[in-house]
Amino acid sequence: MHELPATQGMLDVALEAARDVGALRIREIHLVVGELTSIVDDSVQFYFDILARGTIAAGARLVFRREPATLHCHGCGHREGVVPPLQPTCPACGALELEVTGGRAFRVDFLDVDGGDVEGCPGEATTPAEASTP
Amino acid sequence: MKVPVVKEILKANDSVAVENRETFDRARVLVLDVMASPGAGKTSMLLTTLDRLDEGVRPGVIEGDVASSIDADMIAARDVPVVQINTGGNCHLDAPMVRSALPHMDLDNLDVLFIEDVGNLICPSNYKLGHHYSVVVSSVTEGHDKAHKYPGIFAGADVVMINKWDLADVFEYDLDFFTQGVRMVNRDVPILPLSSKTGEGFDPWMEWLHTAVGSIAPVQTTG
Repeated sequence: MHELPATQGMLDVALEAARDVGALRIREIHLVVGELTSIVDDSVQFYFDILARGTIAAGARLVFRREPATLHCHGCGHREGVVPPLQPTCPACGALELEVTGGRAFRVDFLDVDGGDVEGCPGEATTPAEASTP
Repeated sequence: MKVPVVKEILKANDSVAVENRETFDRARVLVLDVMASPGAGKTSMLLTTLDRLDEGVRPGVIEGDVASSIDADMIAARDVPVVQINTGGNCHLDAPMVRSALPHMDLDNLDVLFIEDVGNLICPSNYKLGHHYSVVVSSVTEGHDKAHKYPGIFAGADVVMINKWDLADVFEYDLDFFTQGVRMVNRDVPILPLSSKTGEGFDPWMEWLHTAVGSIAPVQTTG
């Protein structure tokens, strides 16, 4: 359920970035999603296919890159990527003093678009009117 | 053509959260987002907290629920200003929903505002509301494995409570196991076992809360 507003937010970000470069069509949206965010890829794709209808993102492929959460054992120094549910003991030495970092990312990384001839950048204050059209 | 974006997907929400925070800071109101699974006892914890607030501390409550005003009615019965937000199916509050509730709150006459989020251990943790601190209420009855299963919400907590502590023996609650799970993602957060029913364990929480209120709002002394 929580993928619905998340997917709408993702679509808004992608459409805005595409407009900024005068794109005619979005072919791919590349996303970075942390392992601790509980965002389900298939669910995002499902909502996206509905929400993107009638926009230049209709039919776009979503490409997910998972940002790992990293377990660090303070006992033996072991490190590895983990997903919930987190195991209570270090898989290498059995110690309980563990730290998990990362895995909270949720962002649009880049788009692959048709049309538009400006290499877009989030820092540029390009408005749709200013963006050159092909 | 490749277009670099690198934008947080919830940035629209986050920018409204920043505005909310400015509103809270202007009014010098401490704002807490209270998050928990359904039935952990958010509302009963709030009711016990309201009863124990120092004289002169003026509370308000925003109640987030999928539907109904059951919780808001209980708060209102304490003569505490309360606004109900029904999310109509959404599983969390977001910053625009909180903003829409603010015109119904006399912020200038509040010292602390509790926002009771929708019962859920997944979604609320991803949405900033503009609050100063996040309070996560776990409970004895839901088991001691919640931090291991839902690390995201505990990673962002500023206070973790274990409610229904009066039942700890019955449920053979393993506090060490729970604590270990929280510590994996949040090294320093206070973990406070307490019972909203008996009041046991509330002293450290009330001390934390009053300190936080004092750091933001000048408390009125009633003559």
